[in-house]
Amino acid sequence: MGERQRIVIAKPGLDGHDRGAKVVARALRDGGHEVIYTGLRRTPDQIIRTVIDEDARFVGLSSLSGAHNHLFPRICELLRASELNDVVVFGGGIIPEADRPALYDSGVKAIFGPGTPSTEILEFIEVASSMDCGVGSNNDWRWGD
Amino acid sequence: MNRVKLARSLSAIENGDMEVDDADGRIFAITGPPGVGKSCLIDSILHRLAPEFSVAVLAVDPTSPLSGGALLGDRIRLTVLDDKEKSDSIYFRSVATRSSIGSIPSVVKSLANFLVLEAFDLVIIETVGAGQSETRCAAVANRIIVVEGPARGDGIQAEKAGLLELADLIVVNKSDIDGAQRVVNDLKMSLSINQEPPPIITTSALTGDGINELVKMMLSLEERESSKRARCRQQLIMAHENTIVNNPNFEEVIDRISQEGLSIEEALRELID
Repeated sequence: MGERQRIVIAKPGLDGHDRGAKVVARALRDGGHEVIYTGLRRTPDQIIRTVIDEDARFVGLSSLSGAHNHLFPRICELLRASELNDVVVFGGGIIPEADRPALYDSGVKAIFGPGTPSTEILEFIEVASSMDCGVGSNNDWRWGD
Repeated sequence: MNRVKLARSLSAIENGDMEVDDADGRIFAITGPPGVGKSCLIDSILHRLAPEFSVAVLAVDPTSPLSGGALLGDRIRLTVLDDKEKSDSIYFRSVATRSSIGSIPSVVKSLANFLVLEAFDLVIIETVGAGQSETRCAAVANRIIVVEGPARGDGIQAEKAGLLELADLIVVNKSDIDGAQRVVNDLKMSLSINQEPPPIITTSALTGDGINELVKMMLSLEERESSKRARCRQQLIMAHENTIVNNPNFEEVIDRISQEGLSIEEALRELID
């Protein structure tokens, strides 16, 4: 098992579907990580504040409402503006294939859809924590390459 | 306040990479059984303290003894963090118990000292839900607030020794529910035999009843001389435990006890020397 990481699991925007986020939070906990769950309907600013105060190295964004194209890039942008360049962003929920390239370009390093085994997310955390692939890095590696 | 720097310093302390000097400040422990309303009460308190006072909160949640991971969920209750006027004077940090025993890891003492040195007016430590014998918070805080609630047992519960004796202030929360006054009466009856019984107040984090009074009492609460000895005792025990748990051979020695029949006495000698 890799090193213990502090990971924020966040639900941005107007979206009440939190089952997925809770399952992922639980899987990460059982994988030996410290998980901070934000609860529902958080704004990008609130999520950034949580990442800062909790000194998280990873932030996982869950969205099933269709607003990911706006919210995920906004969060990446705010992380860079706060000089949290080493924070790694990943996402999940209902994210259509067609939307993914733009999200990767904005700084998201992995997108996990329905049916992803939780072990895959743990593998991603382990691999990503051993490389310089934060939201402010120029590294264009992404999970699944 | 540079939040990024502050948060990263706290991680360094937590991981044992940074030492902190002792500090003399107002460090509160808010403790009590699970589900009694500690997080919601802290939210109500913060709504009244900020932005006039700067407050740091260390919220402790348990680490899984199986995986070493933790789900830190106290932040969800904090509506005050959504209030832009107030949230800038609040720093809220979730802390996992990691390998420590009991409701507060000893590193919390260093984290709290650091926050005092960073000029926070008050530092509040929220313990994990704690039982009757959980007196460990005395080692890390100099003002102890015990939160109780209605329907948690009969009058004999109030007579038992333990955590209640170390309280500097007792709060009976959920005063909106029947039975709160009865708990107050039981506690008063039991503690009236003591030399300096701590004040007891009722609050409701739900309706806001009693919160202003609680905040006022917190601000005027002084360190009690009579608890000083108990505090030193807990600090000594905690330091002793640390030398054992933080010994690099700790896990290996456990393996040897369980697999090679090493005796507990021999193991202790190895870990302490």
